[in-house]
Amino acid sequence: MRVAEIKESVFMALAAIAAHKLRSALTLLGVLVGVFSIITVMTAMRALQNVMESQLSQLGANTFQIQKWPGIPVMDPKDWEKYWRRTNLRYPLVARLKERATLARSVGAQTDLREGETVSRYYKTNPDVAMLGVTPEIFQARNWTLAEGRSLMSSDLESFRNVCVLGGSLARKLFPQGSAVGDSVKFNGVRYAVVGVLASKGGLGGDQDNFLAVPLTTGMNRYSWDRSLEILVQAYNQDSFADAVEQVRGILRMVRKVEPGKEDDFEILSNDTLIEQFKKITLAVRVGVTVISSIALLAAGIGIMNIMLVSVTERTREIGVRRAIGAKKRNIMTQFIMEAIAICEVGGVLGVLCGLLGGNLVAHFLNVPIAIPMDWVLIGLVICSLVGVIFGTYPAYKAANLDPIESLRYE
Amino acid sequence: MTVEANPTSLPNLPPGPLDASAGPPDATNGKVVIRLSQIAKNYQVGTETVHALRGVDLTIYKGEYVAIMGPSGSGKSTMMNVLGCLDTPSSGRFELNGIDVSDMDDNRLADIRNQEIGFVFQTFNLLARSTALHNVELPLIYAGVNAERRREVAIEAMGQVGLADRMLHKPNEMSGGQRQRVAVARALVNHPSIILADEPTGNLDSKTGEEIMGLFEVLYKKGNTLIVVTHEEDVARHARRLIRIRDGLIASDEIITHKTAVSA
Ligand SMILES: Nc1ncnc2c1ncn2[C@@H]1O[C@H](COP(=O)(O)OP(=O)(O)O)[C@@H](O)[C@H]1O
Ligand SMILES: [Mg+2]
Repeated sequence: MRVAEIKESVFMALAAIAAHKLRSALTLLGVLVGVFSIITVMTAMRALQNVMESQLSQLGANTFQIQKWPGIPVMDPKDWEKYWRRTNLRYPLVARLKERATLARSVGAQTDLREGETVSRYYKTNPDVAMLGVTPEIFQARNWTLAEGRSLMSSDLESFRNVCVLGGSLARKLFPQGSAVGDSVKFNGVRYAVVGVLASKGGLGGDQDNFLAVPLTTGMNRYSWDRSLEILVQAYNQDSFADAVEQVRGILRMVRKVEPGKEDDFEILSNDTLIEQFKKITLAVRVGVTVISSIALLAAGIGIMNIMLVSVTERTREIGVRRAIGAKKRNIMTQFIMEAIAICEVGGVLGVLCGLLGGNLVAHFLNVPIAIPMDWVLIGLVICSLVGVIFGTYPAYKAANLDPIESLRYE
Repeated sequence: MTVEANPTSLPNLPPGPLDASAGPPDATNGKVVIRLSQIAKNYQVGTETVHALRGVDLTIYKGEYVAIMGPSGSGKSTMMNVLGCLDTPSSGRFELNGIDVSDMDDNRLADIRNQEIGFVFQTFNLLARSTALHNVELPLIYAGVNAERRREVAIEAMGQVGLADRMLHKPNEMSGGQRQRVAVARALVNHPSIILADEPTGNLDSKTGEEIMGLFEVLYKKGNTLIVVTHEEDVARHARRLIRIRDGLIASDEIITHKTAVSA
């Protein structure tokens, strides 16, 4: 195949598309929908994956997390009930673990207490600031570094002090100039002395810093102890990590009286398990989108075959002329297959654009940063070409095998 | 044999030496372009066999201007298809420039058509969505000529048919005569051994038809070999040799003397 021949084919294809706008648009629609569904879902999933990965990075080195709920939202109501019935992970458990988990370097606990507005003497935030109750160990388990002041201490918890540490971006909002440390903020009407400010995590989203941390006991005194905590355990090093997980699992099962052979009544999340869970969930989505887009592309392919057959009939004369002036069968074949590919690619490119838009719209609603899955864009376009080749071959074969003399006579 | 007892019939002979007034001077060099021997073409229609050509012998020399006439169904189109290498004969031998093309496969015939034959059709048969220039370039695309050279040669051919100022017009923006000129340019562009025209004036009014025949006269004078199928005596008269076909055989083959030379 020569470049000139391909150029000629593409040119003729685009001219043919332009000449039959409505017909082409309807045909393109199928490909568009097929590619659109692939790209939308893959874009949304990539955006989620990015977020999940940034969440993973919230866990410090060699750290795992124990909680009542799984790491990824539960969709099935039956499952939901199962998790809901689990006994809460209460504060005394933290002490038991500290005591018994010899492979743990530290054991800490945290909980989301409330969202609300935070007021300083300079500024009042939207009511979207998260208040976290934490133990001192959380600072290391979550890789928090102090920009200023001190972290929370055991004595803060023991004395139920009304002190807090501010997330970096929140501190900048509340205290645009000067230091926050030594000053105070009001959260839901209660005053807390600021003892420290965290270094900004920055990164994607920007909202990761929009919180303040108070002593866990202070928070629970105010907002109820009847809650399930997230327990963060840090192992000494990578080598002992797995053993530490197993030891903690054993202790928890014993304390919570889980019968042997029964599954854990708690979740252990580590970077690895989170990734695994994410993959499991997304597999279902992947299978779903594969089925849907396959059906759409099959329908599109049949549409394209149909339109190409019509095109071959309409252009019988043209085929005859081309043959008369020296086109070989394979030149005609190439031309019509290229034409099918061109139609598919026009639909494919539109589908990719719409899909990126759609997927990122989903990302926008899920409040996660946008993503462009280049690999799937490419795969989508390759699939389009394949559809063109597969469904263009029969019409092209028919065109190539028309009798030139008959074709020239065709009215 | 196919030749009737007709004193003016001159089968298989170069016209030049026999009649100095026929054909351009270089038609006398005697180079054979087409040699048909015992060409037959049969079509199977149901149980019946139609003998479209029944053993035609014909020799055409380089630089000749031949008209083929005959009643409907006599075999003109079949003959054109064979001469144009669009069809292969059922039997007999067809040599084009000394090469036997009777048994060539599809691909080689396509090459022959591309290199050696220029077609001019009654209905012009231009690609409607392409510019005149692109239509003329088309044979060169299949010949694998590079874009630059292609453009150059196509522009030259457009100039030869007097359409240098209409290159980028689409066929529907041109008159019938102009369209046929584009078709002639397309036939010329590969410098073929023969130009085959099937009723080239059939879709044109008589004045425009005369213009096209004038163009053919110019091409003839430049040394092209022309074969024109027509049913109009007026058109046939422009040629230098007239072959009449009847029932699949050559009925007569005569030199046309141009005493009142065609005033092109
Ligand atoms: N494809 C074909 N199938 C069957 N018969 C054909 C075919 N083409 C031509 N013929 C027959 O061959 C004879 C010669 O036809 P043709 O060459 O078209 O004559 P002309 O062009 O002089 O009118 C006619 O009897 C015609 O019916
Ligand atoms: Mg005919």
